Parts: sequence; structure tokens; C-alpha cells
Amino acid sequence: MPRRVAIIGVGATVPRPVTPELSYRELIHEAAVRAYEEAGVEPREIGTFMPCTEDFYEGISISDEYSNDQLGAVLKPVHTIGGDGIHGIATAYMQIATGLFDTAVVEAHSKASNVLTPHHIMNYAMDPVLNRPLGENPLYVAGLEMSRFMHESGATSEECAWVVVKNRRNALSNPNGAFGAKVTVHDVLSGPAAFCPLGALEMAPPSDAAFVVVLAAEDRLPARAASPVWIRGVGWSNDSPTLETRSWARALYAEAAAQRAYRMAGIRNPARDIDCFEIDDTFSYKELQHLEALGICDRGEAGKRTARGETEIDGATPVNASGGSLGCGHMLDATGLFRTVECVRQLRGEAGQVQVKDAKTALAFGWRGVPTTSGACVVLGA
Amino acid sequence: MAKRVRSMQDFDFRGTALSADEFSKGKVITTTGEPHAEYAWDCGPAISRYLEELRNGRLIARWCKRCNRTMLPPRMFCELCWCPTTEWRFVRDTGIVNTFSLCNITWDMKPLKTPQIPAVIEIDGASAGMGIMHLIGGCDPRKVRIGMKVKAVWKPAAEREGAITDILHFTPA
Ligand SMILES: [Zn+2]
Repeated sequence: MPRRVAIIGVGATVPRPVTPELSYRELIHEAAVRAYEEAGVEPREIGTFMPCTEDFYEGISISDEYSNDQLGAVLKPVHTIGGDGIHGIATAYMQIATGLFDTAVVEAHSKASNVLTPHHIMNYAMDPVLNRPLGENPLYVAGLEMSRFMHESGATSEECAWVVVKNRRNALSNPNGAFGAKVTVHDVLSGPAAFCPLGALEMAPPSDAAFVVVLAAEDRLPARAASPVWIRGVGWSNDSPTLETRSWARALYAEAAAQRAYRMAGIRNPARDIDCFEIDDTFSYKELQHLEALGICDRGEAGKRTARGETEIDGATPVNASGGSLGCGHMLDATGLFRTVECVRQLRGEAGQVQVKDAKTALAFGWRGVPTTSGACVVLGA
Repeated sequence: MAKRVRSMQDFDFRGTALSADEFSKGKVITTTGEPHAEYAWDCGPAISRYLEELRNGRLIARWCKRCNRTMLPPRMFCELCWCPTTEWRFVRDTGIVNTFSLCNITWDMKPLKTPQIPAVIEIDGASAGMGIMHLIGGCDPRKVRIGMKVKAVWKPAAEREGAITDILHFTPA
């Protein structure tokens, strides 16, 4: 049996649309100070560090070279992840479970406000020969996906809009909810057009934030550490990147990632066995598509169940009680770590007004955004 | 035992080199793209003040109480003891050359008539091993030495803009 691994400390800055008063270094440092304080560790006691960073988002080549100072990782083992924060959690899990290290730190941040040409940066993820020459804005990929998802699942525009209504309302009760608002389905549907059928109000706006998570082996929990939240399962997967041939209706990458995590965690029926879900909602329909891919709703049911209120904080399957990305902002590759941190707060009973009652098991799922088919999943237990 | 040295006879060079002509006539199929990546980096309190003081024609550092280090460039936390730094401290605009290079080739491999002289300057008043990455100028490249005393040559005050280039270069003191 591999060693059990726990999250023993989390630190975050409050997500906001702009953070002009701090550099990314100071932003990360602030999150790290909080995380190490919760975990009851000094950085010199930590075994290994996993910054999750993407050069094009930073405007710095080999940007992970700039991670060490603010994490207290100078001359320590650093293993950079070019992926979502949950990929970082999975890697930290492996490095501890295998016995290589006793403690690990995962860091991810977003300075999205510093990227002045985000859609051009996104375009760099498109195939340079076949796809890049065609497009005005690569976010049309979301429109393509939404069309086919609605076509096959039967989800309606109103049901997609309900996701926005719910998540932005939840964010009103969350101190981390920069985009909390009371909006109606009518407001969402009568908003500006973006990438039809996707409307402008159905897209998560960008936020700046930093997140740091400390993990430790069960047999080496620091005496002063916060009450442990256990990693019960991790899984990650990518579909084919090819726009010409990928699965447009179903998020197969999420299905594969979740199956792995469920097998490891011994989850047979996620809707019954898991109490709260923080899952990717970069766009309204993504929450519905991911709900079905993660096996939380049957195919064709996610929209109906959302419209009936079953994914509300007090519903049968609370989804994005935090407000998700629609309510707190999209934080580039830190988004998955944001969701993980929100799950940790739920399991510790520290989620305040957005607390899900009796949350014992939680799931965080991150997607790396347009045009990727890259997803990562973690199942956490109190 | 003598180390075996590889000679050209060890390699069997097959294939034909491509000529520029073959690219321009489209015999080799490539596609091109122009990047459009723009950023505006938030500098934060430490580097913002550093740049502001460069505009004022002086260098400012941060002091770590626990390590007793005067840190240049300034930072809000010490990367070694990981405590917040506590004080601003002005340092001199003179120092000694820690290391240098003569850069003889441009980024696209064209030879330079006069080499550029990048150097790390340990600044007087900052802790040992700390200072500025800059250029040496107004000096025969053959005369530059590690340990040489240098001083900053500033742009005229009216032309300074709060940038590392507000210092033109360092020159022998
Ligand atoms: Zn120090």
C-alpha cells in the first residue's frame, strides 16, 4: 500500500480582476506565508516544490526559474508542472506516496491582468499550420463545442444560463467571489453575443490570484499542521488535440480522468458518494458537459437538474458552491488549485456562507481551457 | 589509457544540405507566423521603488534584519531566511566588477566591431555578492578586470524614465 497523503495547509490571495500593487513574486509569497503557517512548517523543512507555470502566460521563457525565491525553495528540489494546479497536486501526491519525499508544496498563480493580448496567446495553442491562419479569435472553439454539446445532450440555452445565475449568486456569499452578482436567465440570454451560441455573460472573466498547497505523508504530519484533508484519488487525461477529429459533444478527457480518480478512491456512484463538487465552469455549458462527463449526472440530464436547483448549495449535488470561475474569475492554470482550495475549506467546515452541510468528500476538476482537451481530477476526503 | 578522440572519419555524412534557394522557391514547405504577445508586468513595491529611485539618480536596497543583508535589487522578502525585509537603504552608485564577459556577437550571430561588456557589479553598501547586472562602457575592453573599481554613468536627469537603462553603463572609477 502506498503511503496516505494529506493536504495540511492551503494559502491563497483573494482573486481580483487586477492586482497592480503586487508583482507575481509578492502575490505568491503572500499565499505561501499563509499556507506554511497553516501547515506549521518552515520552507526549509519542505521536501519538494511543484510550481505550475506556463511561459506564454508569464511572458518569461522557462518561467519556473523565477519561482524559487518567493516559495523559499532556493537550493531545494523543484519539479515544475506545465499544467493545471491539479496536475501539480497529482505530482506532489506521487512524490510523497512513493516515499521520495515526506512533504511537498504545489503553487499556481494567475497574473492574467498582465497579459495584454490574451486571445493571441491562446491562438498560440492552435495548430500553426492548419488552424491558426483561419480564425479571428480562438475562443470560437468554445462556440463549436457548445453547439455540438447542446445538439447531442439536448441542453437548452436557458439551462446553460442557469449555471451563470447560480454561480454568480453563490459568489455573492463567498469572500473570494470577485464577480458575485444577482443576474437572471433573461439577463444572461439578452447579454451581448460572443461566440454563438455562447454569450458574453456565459464566459468567466479573468482574475489574478495565487494559491499554495502543502501536502504531507500520513506518517510525517507536522505536529502543528491544520487538520488533514486526504487525497483519496487523482486522475488526469487528454483527448486528441485535433480540432478536425476530437469529440465535441462529450468531454472524454474528463470521463477518463474521473474514472482513474474514482477507481483509486473506491467511488462507485459519484453523485451519492461525493458531497460537493468544484468543477470547471470556464463557460456556462462546460459545467453541464463536465457534470455528465464526471458521471455526476446522466447524459442529457445536467441541464435539467441544474434548472431544477439540484446543484445549488443546499441541493442534492452542490456544484461550485464557491461561485466557480463564473463567480470568482478564471485564473489560468491556477484555476484547478483554486477549486482544490475551495474543496479543502468545505471539508474543514470553513466555507462560511457557502458551506455545504456535512461535506465529507469533495471533488475538484480542472480543465486547461480553449483549445485544450486536458483535464485533471482530485477526490478529497475529510 | 588514452582517451579516444573522435575524428571526421567516424561519421558517415549522408544527405544533401538545403539551400536558401530551395526555401524561397517553395520546394521546402514551411509556414510562418508573427507573434503578437504583449505584457505589462506589475512591478510590485520593491522593484517599483527601485525604478523610481533610478529616475532620481540613486540606488536603493532592502535590508533583511535576520540575515543582516542589504539586498540589491531590493525585494520585500528575503529568499534565504524567508522573512519580510524591513528597511529601505540607499547604497552608493560605485562598486567592483564581480564578473564580466566580452560579447562579440549579436543575437543573430553577426560579429560586433566593438564588443559589448556585460558585467555584474557588486555595489558599495550592498552585501557581498549583491549588486547590479549592467554594462561597462568608456573603457578599452582589454583593460576590464575582475575586482576593477567602477562607477555609474547616469543619463541626464531630464531623460531618465525609471528604468534600468537610466544608468548608461559603469565606467572605471
Ligand atoms: Zn534573511
